[in-house]
Formats: sequence, C-alpha cells, structure tokens
Amino acid sequence: MRTVNTLIGSPIERIEDLRFLRGRGQYVDDLAREGLLHAAILRSSVAHGRICAIDVARARELAGVHSVITANDIGIPVPRVPMRLQPLPEFEAVGQPVIAEDKVRYVGEAIALVLADSAGVAEDALGLIEVEIEPLPAVADRVASASNSTLLFEQKRSNLAMTFRAVRGDAAAAFNNAPYTRRESFRTQRHMALPMEPRGLLAEWDPARGRLTVSGAAKVLFFNRRTLAKQLGIPEHAIELIENDVGGGFGARGEFYPEDFLIPFAARHAGRPVKWTEDRREHLMTVNHARQAECDVEIACTRDGIILGLRGHAFVDVGAYMRTNGAVGARNVAQFMSGPYRIENIDIDVSLLLTNKTPVGTYRGPGRFETDFFRERLFDIVAKDLGIDRVEFRRRNLVPQAAMPYAIATITPYESKDELDSGDYHVMLERCLEEIKWQENAKLQGKAVNGRYHGLALGCFIEGGAAGPKETARIVLEPDGFFSVYVGSSGIGQGLETAFAQIAADALEAPMERIRGVFHGTTSYVSDGYGAYHSRSIVMGGSAILAAAENLMNAVRAQAAKHLGCEAAEVEIAEGMKAVSRGGKSIALKDLAGAGISAEGAFLNKKHTYTYGAHAAHVAVDPKLGHVDLIDYVVVEDCGRIINPRTVHGQTIGSVVQ
Amino acid sequence: MQVRFEVNGKTAEVEVEPRLSLADCLRHQLRLTGTHVGCEHGVCGACTIIVDGAAVRSCLMLAVQAEGSKIMTVEGLSNDGELTPLQKSFRKHHALQCGFCTPGMLTTAHALLSEEPDCDAARVREVLSGNLCRCTGYISIVEAVLDARAAYKKHAGASS
Repeated sequence: MRTVNTLIGSPIERIEDLRFLRGRGQYVDDLAREGLLHAAILRSSVAHGRICAIDVARARELAGVHSVITANDIGIPVPRVPMRLQPLPEFEAVGQPVIAEDKVRYVGEAIALVLADSAGVAEDALGLIEVEIEPLPAVADRVASASNSTLLFEQKRSNLAMTFRAVRGDAAAAFNNAPYTRRESFRTQRHMALPMEPRGLLAEWDPARGRLTVSGAAKVLFFNRRTLAKQLGIPEHAIELIENDVGGGFGARGEFYPEDFLIPFAARHAGRPVKWTEDRREHLMTVNHARQAECDVEIACTRDGIILGLRGHAFVDVGAYMRTNGAVGARNVAQFMSGPYRIENIDIDVSLLLTNKTPVGTYRGPGRFETDFFRERLFDIVAKDLGIDRVEFRRRNLVPQAAMPYAIATITPYESKDELDSGDYHVMLERCLEEIKWQENAKLQGKAVNGRYHGLALGCFIEGGAAGPKETARIVLEPDGFFSVYVGSSGIGQGLETAFAQIAADALEAPMERIRGVFHGTTSYVSDGYGAYHSRSIVMGGSAILAAAENLMNAVRAQAAKHLGCEAAEVEIAEGMKAVSRGGKSIALKDLAGAGISAEGAFLNKKHTYTYGAHAAHVAVDPKLGHVDLIDYVVVEDCGRIINPRTVHGQTIGSVVQ
Repeated sequence: MQVRFEVNGKTAEVEVEPRLSLADCLRHQLRLTGTHVGCEHGVCGACTIIVDGAAVRSCLMLAVQAEGSKIMTVEGLSNDGELTPLQKSFRKHHALQCGFCTPGMLTTAHALLSEEPDCDAARVREVLSGNLCRCTGYISIVEAVLDARAAYKKHAGASS
C-alpha cells in the first residue's frame, strides 16, 4: 500500500513545462478558424471629451472590411462593465460603458470596432474613421478631482466615487493627551501588472444552436459568463467560456473588460468567428492600472514606542470608471493600514477619486503594497523620533500570539468584521533578521564602504488568502482506469496543474502518472466555479479536489463491493489501480469504471484568513552615479502547508522582482 | 510576394504581404505558434528565433527579408522524444511559469551557448537582459542556462 501524502510537499517538476518548453502551449492568439474575422478597436486619444461625430463611411468602404461597430449599432444605453466585488449602489452611476456613448473619459477608451479579413486591414481601417471630439479639461490628480471643478459624470455631481472608513476603538480619545504624535504624508505611483501575453479573445457564434463559444477567457470565467449572458440576452448554458494557456495574470488579466462584451457581440453581429489580440500599446492604455494612492496619516504613541492610535485620510486614484474589482485596492488601504501590528484605535477614511485615467483594478496584493509602504516608512520615522531602534519598535507592536484572534479595523459601508486569526509574528520577524544577518549588517547602515553607502530596511505585512465563497471540482475515473481532474479554479501560469495533480494523486492514493490531466477554468468542466484571485486557488480548488476525491473513492468502493461481494467499507483501493476486498479478492479499476465513474466535490469558506511575513533588504548606493546595488533580500512568510516548494519559491522570488 | 526559406530543417514557401513581420508569418501562415509576440517592437524578446545562427527578434524582421535564410524556432530545438539538456535544465530550475517568454529565452540561450559554451553568469545576464519575464524574477533562468553549459561544451560547434 502506498504511503499517503508523499507527493504533497515534494518539489515535483511541473507538468505544464513539457508543452511550454517545446513551444506547444496554446495561448488564445495561437488559435485559427475558418472564415475568421479580425477585430481592431479605435481608442480615444483624448483624456476627456464629448463625442460630437463619428464618421465610419470611409472605413466601411475599405476592401476587406466586413463591418464597423459603434455604440449606436449596439443600442444606447450600451451595457456597463459590472462590479464583481463590492457591488455597491454608489458605483452604479460610474460604471464603464462597453463602448463610449457620448463622452470619452480616458485615453484608450473604445470608440469603434472594426471587423476585417485580416488584422492588418482592420488596423488600416481604424485610420479611416473620423471622430470629432470636443475636448474637456482633463482631471489628472487628487487636487483636480477633489475640487469638482470639472466633473467626469455630471449627474453624479462629484468626482468622489465613494468613501470607505476603517474604524477600531476610539481614535479621537487615543489622540487626546497622547505623549507623542506625528503626522506624515506619503504617496505611491501607478503601476500595472503587465503580463507577457497581451489579452486576446476568439468568439464563435453558432446561429443554428444559439450557442456562443469564447476562447481566451481567464481568471473568473463563471462570473464573466453570467455577465455576458445577461448582456447578450442569451441563457448561461448557451455560452461556453474556454480557458487556454494564459501568459500571466497578476490580478489584471481575466476580469470582465469592455472587449469581453464587444468581441462576442461582434461574432454574433457578423455571424462569423471574430478574433481580437491587443497590442502592447493598447494593453498599457486599457488594462487595469493600480496602486496610485496618497495618504495624510497621523500616529499616536507612548514615549516608549507603544502605538496608541492611527488616524487619517487616504486618497485612491481610481481612474475614469469603477470596473469589476476597482474598489478592492482602496478598501484594503483602509483595512490593512495597521498590518500585523496591535493598534487598538484606528480611524482612517479612504476616498475613491475619479480622474481621466485608465480605470484601476487589483494587482498583486491590492492595497497592501501601498499601505505597507505608508506604515513601515512611518514607523521608521517614529522610531527615530523616539530614539528607539526601528526593529525594537516593531517588536513592541507586532500582535502577540496570545492576543489572537485579534480584530482588525471594521470597514464601512460593509461592516465586515475581520481578525488576524493565528500565527507567531515574533518568530517570523526574528527569523527574517537572522537570515539577513541584521545585527551584523545594521552596523553598516548609513556608512560608506568603498564609496558606496549601505542601507538596510525592514517591513512586515499580512496577506489575505483563500477567498470564498466556494470552489467546485469533479474527478472522473476514466474507462481505462486513469483519473481526470476538473476544477473551477483558473490557471494563469502559476503551475496549477502540477500542484492540483499532486493533491489529487495523494487523495486518490494513486501515483501521479495515473492523473491524466488537470482541466481547469473552462465553464463546461464543473457546475460552478469561482476562479483564481486573492491567493485562493490552492486552498479553495485544492480542497474541492480533496472533497471530489473522497466522493469518488466512495463511489468506486460501492461499485467494487458489488463485484467483490463485500461491504463498501471493506474495500481498499491500492495504488489507484485496483480495489481489494478484505478477503483479498481484487478488481482492476479499469474493469470497474465501465463508461466512467464521476464525482463532484465542493469546498466552502466564509472566513477571511491572513498569512504574514517580513521582507528585509540590504542595498548599497553609489552617491555619484545613483546606482543601487541590491546586496541581499530576504522574505520570510508563513506559507502554511506547502504543496510544491519549487513553485512557492518561484512565485515568491518572481513577485519580489516584479 | 513569394518568399522561400528553411524552418527547422524544412523548406517553406509562402506568399506574403511585404509588410508582414516574420513573427506573424511563422505564427499565422506556417502555424509555428511557439514563437510568441509580446510587444511587437523588439523590447520583450518573446519572439526571438535563430536566423542563420544568430538570435533575432522576429517581430523586427519582415518575412520577405528571410529569403534564403535558415531559421530555427523553439519547435526546432527538440524532437518529439525528449527535451534537450537546455529545456531539461529550465524545467529542473523552475525557470518558467506561464511559459510565454520561454521560447524566446530558450532560443536566445541556445544561440549564446552554441557560440560561447564557457560564458559566465555575467555574460548570461548580459545576453538575457534583452528578454523580459514577468513571472520568475530571472534568477532561475540564469541558473538554468549556466547549468546547461556542460551539454554545449561536448557538442561545441555541432549545434546551429
């Protein structure tokens, strides 16, 4: 009998690599179809303006052009990009139309769609479309947005999309008579995820069957299918969203973007398959941006460095519209300002300000990147003020294990109550210090060695994961005795197939070679799925696979019991190959499988859980050239149970460099 | 225009528009989709192929310019059977995640190691600095290339 759980925790070489290394991955732009039309999108070159006229006549006349689609062809009002997370009423007025109707609000907003026989002709035709736009003043920053002198949405009468507030304890009381307070302002600039593969979609409409197939979907396929079904007025079951190999996601790819409506609409409109592959310039203008935030924050402490309170205002530049997950970063800036520290009294509000820039969305650790910087920089300043070593300042304020579960600030309008559930933050910090040889290297702080000035820095963080509500998996014992695993999680290049095959093989007590494949994402694989975001795939999808494996093993035992003439409870499954009765009779699984035995499993989770860690950096700066040399960088994080140490290590290094 | 060149040991004859890039010709006309297009202006390196022994960005070369050339794409690096030592080394060192930049990394490294099987880490970094990867953080890619050097020393001069 095979020892259980020998694959989980092993540095298994990745299954995916075999196709990627040979150039046999299949990304959406690799697909070809008979009668394919290529789409190209005319985008606004103006940040803010009123559309006076669109003349597509010359573009329509170009040889090879099939059609040109504008808002009028879709029907005004055109559908809006919905909020997937935090669908609050405040955001309804500021949702993005899938194509510009009367105004453009950022450079890159779609104005018209051309379908042509080749991508080249489609792009040529864009140059023949004449658009007359009356420019309006562009709202470019926090001050301009907050002044409301130019409004992005006249009917909203304000550029403030909404305000989140994070509260714990009584900050006003904590600041009264506090022995020490300090106020600082910080800001972080815009970033974006920039996966190597540009976005792309291939939509096919079958008029006879009324079915739509869309390849190139990623991340949250079931939500995107629900959205598309509503917008196109066809039932969900008539739509299949297919996940191909995905060249990186990092939070940005796979959300429901305007093109996720436009390309399927175009395929139905034209009655032919339509493919769209964005170029890098388009990608930079249109895919969710992230992390542009500012804060004016004030801290209160005792003279020996115990934090009494934290209060202030933060401002997140959300761009021109609220898209699917555009509120997450701002919400997290509010809620995670305290990080892994015991701060009893908090009052922080975060304003979501609309500007004439590309809308924002989640990007790796949304809100945490910003707020970790604000907080840790503030702590360094405060420690210096108080004459306390900056490491010691952190030690004194990390949440001790004895205080867990420790409630963090409550967010309104959500009233969400979250807590730091478990962990030993002090052990984590000491390990990080040890690994970077802090004690020894801290002596170099601010000193010049061979003409370069040395510096060390340290920061602690918390990281949410395992977002609910649910994930679904299905495992099939195939007629030939192999197992196929289907799961609602999505692959975005993170090595899901390997990790899931490890989990499935261990749960089925079978060698990994018996797993024929892990099939993920695509909407026809399981009854419902939630996808890949918020570091959820392994916990949610992996646990769903465990549940499905247990259900399948029970079904196989029941089937075997009939053949072996015993009770199901007496059947053992050996090596994922055969079922054996207590009396020693056995039957090969392939002889049991018939046309295949299938079982679904689901995993549900309502609780938010948080991991934690610390990063430390040692750099040397050449004061003449400004060149920064990274001498050492250490990450310590509580990973829980590691499925594949190789992928964990790779993901961590990759995310640090990114 | 008619253009004729050799790809992965086979002669290809294609009718192309003069403006068609070699990358698009390989991908969409010859269906060699292992060559990836990430930026279309020579920055990301995902479309790197080997033209007459040199690593070339196929998005910056027109198909018509390939007339008479010998081209190798990622599909030509290994036969159906086994991964090459370089490919195995990438797998061993976890030098890829999403796999999109990987063909360009492999072709660039193959061209380098074929010419300079004794190159050091600094040289590997210098050459790979023209290829972007968003997933791995590069460290494992450099390790994989360095680890594959031994295989090229044995066959030095034999690979194209």
